[in-house]
Amino acid sequence: MTASTLAPAEARQHSPRRHKRAWGFHLVMAPVSLLWIAPMVFVVFVAFRSFDDITSNGLGSLPHSFAFDGFVTVFSDGLAGGALLNSVIVTVFTVVFSLLLASWAAFALSRYEIPFRRGILLLMLAGNLLPPQILLIPVARITESLGISDTLFALIVVQVAFGLGFYTFVLHGFMRSIPAEIFEAARVDGAGEIRVYLRLVIPLTRPSLAALAALATTWIWNDLIWALTVLRTETKFPITAELLNIQGGFVSQWNVVAAGAIVAAIPTAVVFFIFQKQFVSGLTLGSSK
Amino acid sequence: MTATVGASNRARTAQRGVRSRRGSVRRVPPVIWAFLAIPLATELALVFWPAINSFYISLTKWNGAGAPEFIGFKNFQNLTTDPVFLQALVNNVFWVVGFGGASVVIGLLLAVALNRPRRGVGLYRSAIYLPMVFSLAVTGLFWRLLYQPNGAVNTVLGGIGLGAWERQWLADPATALVAVLVAAVWRQCGYIMVLYLAGLKGVDPTLEEAAAVDGANKWQRFWQIVMPQLRGVNAVVFAVTVIDSLRTFDIVWAMTRGGPYNSTQLLSTYMYQTSFTTVNLGYGSAIAVVIFLLAIVFIIGYLVRASRTED
Repeated sequence: MTASTLAPAEARQHSPRRHKRAWGFHLVMAPVSLLWIAPMVFVVFVAFRSFDDITSNGLGSLPHSFAFDGFVTVFSDGLAGGALLNSVIVTVFTVVFSLLLASWAAFALSRYEIPFRRGILLLMLAGNLLPPQILLIPVARITESLGISDTLFALIVVQVAFGLGFYTFVLHGFMRSIPAEIFEAARVDGAGEIRVYLRLVIPLTRPSLAALAALATTWIWNDLIWALTVLRTETKFPITAELLNIQGGFVSQWNVVAAGAIVAAIPTAVVFFIFQKQFVSGLTLGSSK
Repeated sequence: MTATVGASNRARTAQRGVRSRRGSVRRVPPVIWAFLAIPLATELALVFWPAINSFYISLTKWNGAGAPEFIGFKNFQNLTTDPVFLQALVNNVFWVVGFGGASVVIGLLLAVALNRPRRGVGLYRSAIYLPMVFSLAVTGLFWRLLYQPNGAVNTVLGGIGLGAWERQWLADPATALVAVLVAAVWRQCGYIMVLYLAGLKGVDPTLEEAAAVDGANKWQRFWQIVMPQLRGVNAVVFAVTVIDSLRTFDIVWAMTRGGPYNSTQLLSTYMYQTSFTTVNLGYGSAIAVVIFLLAIVFIIGYLVRASRTED
């Protein structure tokens, strides 16, 4: 029994075994994936069923109808339309201003010898890690005393302030990794601070800005607790908060509730599918170094 | 004249290269101070100042109208005998362990299974990721539908001959918390998987091959070669999970609002109810302070790690 006699036997065995393992992999993963998407499929089914179908055949049965009643109700009663617009306004302004301010702070902290800059950076990150519960009551009072309570503006400002620390931390890490020679060269050319920031730092940090933007968009869109804290008037509610009102107002009209949930979920799902790469890399930005 | 002198002085300083080893500039120009001051002031005013305020409010009795009345640590004393608070605390401990344990085990398993590129991996990964982009409120409503008495969960159980298991998942105090937990874990697994996939990318394959040559089986290789290299990710996952668990609010609020009979009450939902439904702001702040004190250890742990990776 020598090595030469062993080798062909092993080679023959190799490919069927690999084949079998591939089958085993799919045999496990396909059902798991199906199990994962089953809840979503079920909700989509419910959303496209008619109310009569649900009451007569039961909520859990397969669809016996195809109707847009749920979606029509969600939009026609002026429930979701305004709320979606509110969400878009809040999300766009919050994401833009968060990243703008965070990139300023990160630029200053990463390129200049500001005293205690590490402490400042960690302090800012700490602010983002605080449980929001410790901020809710005072934040509600502060927005009242500033006369901006119950406005989208207040919601934007509050969320910008709360998210800043994390974005600053991530961007700071990225900006530090830019080679110093590049800045050296720019300065020799006589570029001022603003120019360096606009022409060098922003273009070079674009990948992490994109990742953070994708991530922040879903975070801000999905927020519930700040909206409930800052806003009182229901017409100002973003879609996530409005969704709970829809649920309360259409008890047992499950097609309406399902349609509302889908309307609220689609924008973030779209962002995810378009920016999947940025989104996934964004999630690991602050963690996997 | 003075201006030009100043300018040329500044130019000379710059030329002399007053910079540190790392290429950062020693002299901080005013515009850079502004770059730092505006974000920092925003955060100080709307995050740290409110946080400090909460500590003071927690020492008062206050219903929002008029001035808060200072009562010392009375709120905290009352908390120790408040059955709802104690139940929320127990539930929260259960939540941290259940939510963290289940999502870490499933997320890690999925990451290991979907680590190597092969046919179908992208599709499977997307299926697991997708729930993570939904808000917790949307997730809660999805699962509220599933858990209805005649909803999908019971229908499926009946269909596969487990009709005896059918129940009113969210209306039964015995099952409500676990039911909410399942929904939260369903959403969280994708996130944990992302973190571990990133960690697995950094694992040195030659070490595993060497161990395989030495005759280590798969199980041994995973625990003794791969796991130690995932220490960094483990630490982050641990900290993030605990911090997240302590602030969990949305999904409970969307599904049960803490009911039935406080069986799904968490510290955050109880804090919200006492503060904004019964408007007992001092007592609510005291609960918030408790949440903060429980979280601070893990926040500091996370920060220590963050500061180490920064350098």
